[in-house]
Amino acid sequence: MVTVAEQDSIKVIVFQLMDKEYAIPVSHVQGIEKMMYITRVPRTEKFVKGVINLRGVVTPIIDLRERFGLPPVENTESVRIIIVQLDDIEVGFVVDSANDVIDIPVNSIEPQPEVVGVKEEAFISGVSKIGNRLLILLHLDKVLNLSE
Amino acid sequence: MEMNQQYLDMFIEESKEHLQACSDLLLELEKNPNDISIVNEIFRSAHTLKGMAATMGFEDLADLTHKMENVLDAIRNEKIKVDSNLLDIVFESVDHLEAMITDIDSGGNGKRDVSEIVEKLKAIEAGKPIPSSTPVQQEIAADVAVEEEISAGRYLIYDEYDITVLQQSKEQGFNAYEITVSLRQDCLLKAARVYMVFQVLEKCGEVIKSFPTVENLEEEQFDQNFQVAFISKDSAEEIQKKVSKVSEIENVDVVPLTDEMVRKSSREEIVKKERQQQELEKVTQAPAQEKKEEPAKKETNASKHSAHSKTIRVSIERLDILMNLFEELVIDRGRLQSIATDVKHGELTETVERMSRTMGDLQNIVLTMRMIPIETVFNRFPKMVRSLSRELNKKINLDIIGAETELDRTVIDEIGDPLVHLIRNSVDHGIESPDVRKAKGKPEEGTVTLRAYHSGNYVFIEIEDDGAGINKEKVLKKAIERGIVTKESALSLTDKQINELIFESGFSTAEKITDVSGRGVGLDVVKTTIQSLGGSISIESQQDVGSKFSIQLPLTLSIISVMLVEIEKEIYAIPLSSIIETSIIKKSEILNAHNQKVIDFRGKVVPLIFLDEVFEVPRSEAYDDEYQSVVIVRKGDKLAGLVVDSFIGQQEIVLKSLGNYLKNIFAISGATILGNGQVALIIDINALMK
Repeated sequence: MVTVAEQDSIKVIVFQLMDKEYAIPVSHVQGIEKMMYITRVPRTEKFVKGVINLRGVVTPIIDLRERFGLPPVENTESVRIIIVQLDDIEVGFVVDSANDVIDIPVNSIEPQPEVVGVKEEAFISGVSKIGNRLLILLHLDKVLNLSE
Repeated sequence: MEMNQQYLDMFIEESKEHLQACSDLLLELEKNPNDISIVNEIFRSAHTLKGMAATMGFEDLADLTHKMENVLDAIRNEKIKVDSNLLDIVFESVDHLEAMITDIDSGGNGKRDVSEIVEKLKAIEAGKPIPSSTPVQQEIAADVAVEEEISAGRYLIYDEYDITVLQQSKEQGFNAYEITVSLRQDCLLKAARVYMVFQVLEKCGEVIKSFPTVENLEEEQFDQNFQVAFISKDSAEEIQKKVSKVSEIENVDVVPLTDEMVRKSSREEIVKKERQQQELEKVTQAPAQEKKEEPAKKETNASKHSAHSKTIRVSIERLDILMNLFEELVIDRGRLQSIATDVKHGELTETVERMSRTMGDLQNIVLTMRMIPIETVFNRFPKMVRSLSRELNKKINLDIIGAETELDRTVIDEIGDPLVHLIRNSVDHGIESPDVRKAKGKPEEGTVTLRAYHSGNYVFIEIEDDGAGINKEKVLKKAIERGIVTKESALSLTDKQINELIFESGFSTAEKITDVSGRGVGLDVVKTTIQSLGGSISIESQQDVGSKFSIQLPLTLSIISVMLVEIEKEIYAIPLSSIIETSIIKKSEILNAHNQKVIDFRGKVVPLIFLDEVFEVPRSEAYDDEYQSVVIVRKGDKLAGLVVDSFIGQQEIVLKSLGNYLKNIFAISGATILGNGQVALIIDINALMK
């Protein structure tokens, strides 16, 4: 997923779910939006919150908490929608907050530690330790894959 | 060779036109094998095509066209007789040419192994000991001559058509000239000067041709010089004086155009003589019509200058952008309308209303701009029917009515395959073989009629044949065999319902699988495609008399009228095209029939569909109202009542897709953006009523 192999660092957007920090490469991020009205789309997976009007484009929204099997929270001021593009798919991720853009050295990325029985494990491509922060890198392909 | 994309596009476009002309004319030739004038026309198209292909450096294309031309030449000189077998081979070559053009269009180099067909063409040609190689040499000689001319500073190249025009004008007492005009180095408005020169010239004669072409001149795509071929009764000096009066012109050179300058090959002379009479009529009587008949010439023929300023070619991408921008406007209009209703400001409401009217007009224009005649789809069918009927040993005549009917481009793009399928179906299953037809007392030649027409906001396309019709017993038997209907329910089916069975998936009545149909793709695919375009298909059939498939399609796909309804806090849009009416019913009027709630609607029992249940709308509290709002919708002959909380109103909306992530959502065909910026989902009635 990390396409910039020859570079020694990648720029990522850092966002928060519960008490953990996650990262998505900036190259896949189209923008970060504040929470807006979401139209529910009936008969879809539970984590598909619905669709929004993103400047004239109807964009599906995925609740990442729901996707990772985390307990839901009330919407707060800090909740953001991160618009992500992967190939011809454009979706928005609802996250608790999006706080940072940082460069992480490629060699700091390690394979995910073995954790058993956590749903989100399947979506993790690696972890990176920056100072005292632990960033979890997401596997976008798997997060977006509807058939499992 | 430098391959400018712009010229390449033009080349592809024109080549397609020429090939289409070739196949149309070949079909005509088959009907009138002795009409040499048709051969001439084909020859001319092929010749132009060859020239263009050679210029663009597509050797294989030029080569095959050349071989085809030789055969045509032999036909023209009555060295070979026209028959179906010969035409088969010519058709085959046209197919090859088409494939090459398609390849070039998709970015290929147009290379293709054509040795087999070339051999065949050569064989036909060689069947006659006439010096068929002579024209070839002349052709090469002519090409060389052209090159020499270019190097000698003369740019005008005359084709057969121009030569004929020149010849005739001379006979009528006109003089032909080649005029070279050089503009001053500091000339600012070159196009304007060109225009003035043309105006002066057109006052005293007629411009036959120009180099560069008129389009390029208008776009100032030339240096300081341009050349025109010009006919007039005035003398060279007079013309020179007149043209020199236009300011910013450095030099005008008027040279009488001699026959030697024009004549390039004896072959073209033959054509000229044969065509003289008919060309004369065309030139003098119907210049407008001529433009249609000779699309190739329109780029180069300056005499149609006036016609050019009336139409322009606009790329589809630009029209799509225009459409997208317009859609944005429609959304904003909706927003303004809802604001105006909220604030109740007189002047604002008035302005918004005015704007809405103007936008209505604008919408009509934008939509009609995207319309193209269905001819673009229809014109490939004559050839297809011909080859099918030969393959199946049937005699079939294809009648096309209403090819000029216009449809939105998106619909045109999609409708081709379903139509191919239906026509194949008619030809294969519909029309009987000649001896069967004879036995039934029908003419040996079957007729398939393809008809298109507008009616209201819809376009209708009908495929009618006078063939065997649908064998109801056979259809029923098959349907029961395949488990589409049960034996019991089969008894109660009406004739119409039996006919509709052939659209069910997993149904194919062809007794033996032929090459033509029965490839495992049934009519159900046709039906699905048409429904996805927002249309419908129905069938009428009478055994031994024939069948008629009718397709109904919306004029456009991007902007539709809907009724907005509300369920709890959610807003849904129902396409107006499937709504019969709305009504408010008392709860006590709802009846129960086999676990299905129904109402009595004007004497008909109509099942109710509770949208809040179907769409699993979360209710904050149980909804219970004495009165229920119901939208009566229709799918074919079936009716259903959609129960909603309340009606909001009718609105024009822009259809938006839900994107690539959310696909195949039950009973939702798309989305739209409402005046308040929120997204509303559009209900797919067809899926809902399955």
